[in-house]
Amino acid sequence: MKRIVVGLAVVIAAGAALAWVLSAPRPRYSAEEWQKLGLSGDAAAGRLVFYAGGCESCHKSPGQDDPLRLGGGLELKTPFGSFYPPNISTDPVDGIDAWQPVDVANALLSGVSPNGGHLYPAFPYTSYQRMTPKDVADLAAFLRTLPAVKGKAPANALAFPFSVRRAVGLWKLLFFDNSGLSPDPSQTEQWNRGRYLVEGPGHCGECHTPRGFLGETDLKHALAGAPLPDGHGKAANLRGGDFLNWTDADIVEAITSGFTPGGDVLGAGMTAVVRNLAELPESDRQAIAVYLKSLPPLGPPAPAKP
Amino acid sequence: MKRSVAVVIALACGVGAVLADTDPIAERRALMKHDGEAAKKMFDMSKGKAPFDLATVKASLQTLDEGATKTAALFPENSKTGGGTAALPAIWQNKADFDARFAQFKKDVEAARAGITDEASFKQLAPAVFKNCGSCHELYKAKSG
Repeated sequence: MKRIVVGLAVVIAAGAALAWVLSAPRPRYSAEEWQKLGLSGDAAAGRLVFYAGGCESCHKSPGQDDPLRLGGGLELKTPFGSFYPPNISTDPVDGIDAWQPVDVANALLSGVSPNGGHLYPAFPYTSYQRMTPKDVADLAAFLRTLPAVKGKAPANALAFPFSVRRAVGLWKLLFFDNSGLSPDPSQTEQWNRGRYLVEGPGHCGECHTPRGFLGETDLKHALAGAPLPDGHGKAANLRGGDFLNWTDADIVEAITSGFTPGGDVLGAGMTAVVRNLAELPESDRQAIAVYLKSLPPLGPPAPAKP
Repeated sequence: MKRSVAVVIALACGVGAVLADTDPIAERRALMKHDGEAAKKMFDMSKGKAPFDLATVKASLQTLDEGATKTAALFPENSKTGGGTAALPAIWQNKADFDARFAQFKKDVEAARAGITDEASFKQLAPAVFKNCGSCHELYKAKSG
């Protein structure tokens, strides 16, 4: 009997130790490795990365219109609970003034914070991991130019077991692809730029791709539309239905002004997406259109044109 | 006597309800659809995708004025769901702000109606009208697939 109890205790301890080891955060870069890349960071280029990434959609201080005041705190409702994106302004106490570029890189590319803990994938590093080191360095330089904003965001309000931050490490083992994104040489430069913007900084799939039981994106149905995490409405299918009737010019218009070919104006989360994408050069919005139009259709066919 | 008064009142209410149209969701959706069609015509002109035509602009602004005037009242407490509505619960949580945005929309439409006499004044005044669409949809309209 005693032997069984001891044996069981050993098994449980071994299991816990294994889970602890497996769930360890793995930053993509050490300080030395990042240093070796020799990236100085260009704030002007970083401004465009900031808008391509839609950082302010979640981190902008709520209740005011300046997209560069990044006090955080906007509630992001999900089936797992409420997330409150943090203050990423240059405030030395409440913001991320102390972060080095390598810290920004590890947060964006591997979902690891400078204190070595996991970040929740509500912060879309699942997409941002495809960003180039240069874009990351430029973005880090741009963030340094923004004003300090006082105030911390509320703590996340998550249900157990999602409230156990370390468990994100196990989730990453199962679902986090951190292999980056290599250009496809068989495609045009424009197409590759579009794919980079959509799959990387633009993180379109975080809303437009459906999710599974543990919040992982279902890549078999990438960008084919999904219910929104807050339970209100649906992110459109970008590979089926009415969208198939949109021309490149229609897509460019929708992500520049919000106007759709049917006379609607995009609302909800897309308002911020449009506000951000409108800051990019026209060539980038065209590249996005070219990439989206190249996706194999999935879902309902295009309705007959009126 | 009492009973017949009650009957008359009941009848009057019934007739009133029919006249007032009992489906605010369908009614506001129709108004929004017309708004969208009207705004689209003007928007295409502002982008040079359609030739400027003052008569079309005036007709479109009249449609938008009607929408701006009537729509805000079509969100009673009992119309939060159903009928394919894309209205978000935030409307009823921030009713004062919601109504104020419609008032601003009407103000901008009226300024455009009064001030647009040619293509130059159209280009100057139309953007203020368009701005209302997105700023309100961001807070109060759900995305739809």
